[in-house]
Amino acid sequence: MSNQYETIFVMTPVLSDDQLKETVKSYKTFLKEKGAEIVHEENWGLRKLAYPIKKKSTGFYFLIEFKAEGKVISELELAYKRDERLLRFLTVSLDKHAQAFNLKFRNKKTTKA
Amino acid sequence: MADSEIRYLTPPSIEVKKGKYCRFQRSKITHIDYKDPEFLLKFLNEQGKLLPRRLTGTSLKFQRKVSSSVKRARQLALLSYVADNLK
Repeated sequence: MSNQYETIFVMTPVLSDDQLKETVKSYKTFLKEKGAEIVHEENWGLRKLAYPIKKKSTGFYFLIEFKAEGKVISELELAYKRDERLLRFLTVSLDKHAQAFNLKFRNKKTTKA
Repeated sequence: MADSEIRYLTPPSIEVKKGKYCRFQRSKITHIDYKDPEFLLKFLNEQGKLLPRRLTGTSLKFQRKVSSSVKRARQLALLSYVADNLK
């Protein structure tokens, strides 16, 4: 029995392009190794933070939506905590309304683009 | 009651209750997205505090969802915890 989750992490703006890609890739491979199925990913790019974190006023946002078992989450969050490249992270489980909303939102975007 | 003993010459003016509604129930929204800070701004005052239900008319069920969405957005620095002139 696996649930659907959504995780967003904010990377520090001091990273180079290659480092950014490497960070994202490391988490994607991490999830895949744990048997998670990545449903969707979204790069928000550089965004201004609403308040400074670690004296940084901007950050790179990245979102991954995935299906996994519950025990994967604690391992993922532990990896997040150990990572100095991240400013913030948030993982939430998606209920059926959220899943429907995300699907609809995504379809809208693809038809527009 | 038709045969009540008290009768008024002029019927006492009873304030007509202004039609409040829950905007989520009316437009059948089932999910509130914490990734959309522009939308969540409608439920905050200028200092970035949550507005009470009596002002926004949101039902209890959705007020709970609004508050958790706002808190998630704050954690990700999409919304600020404290602000001076948010609007």
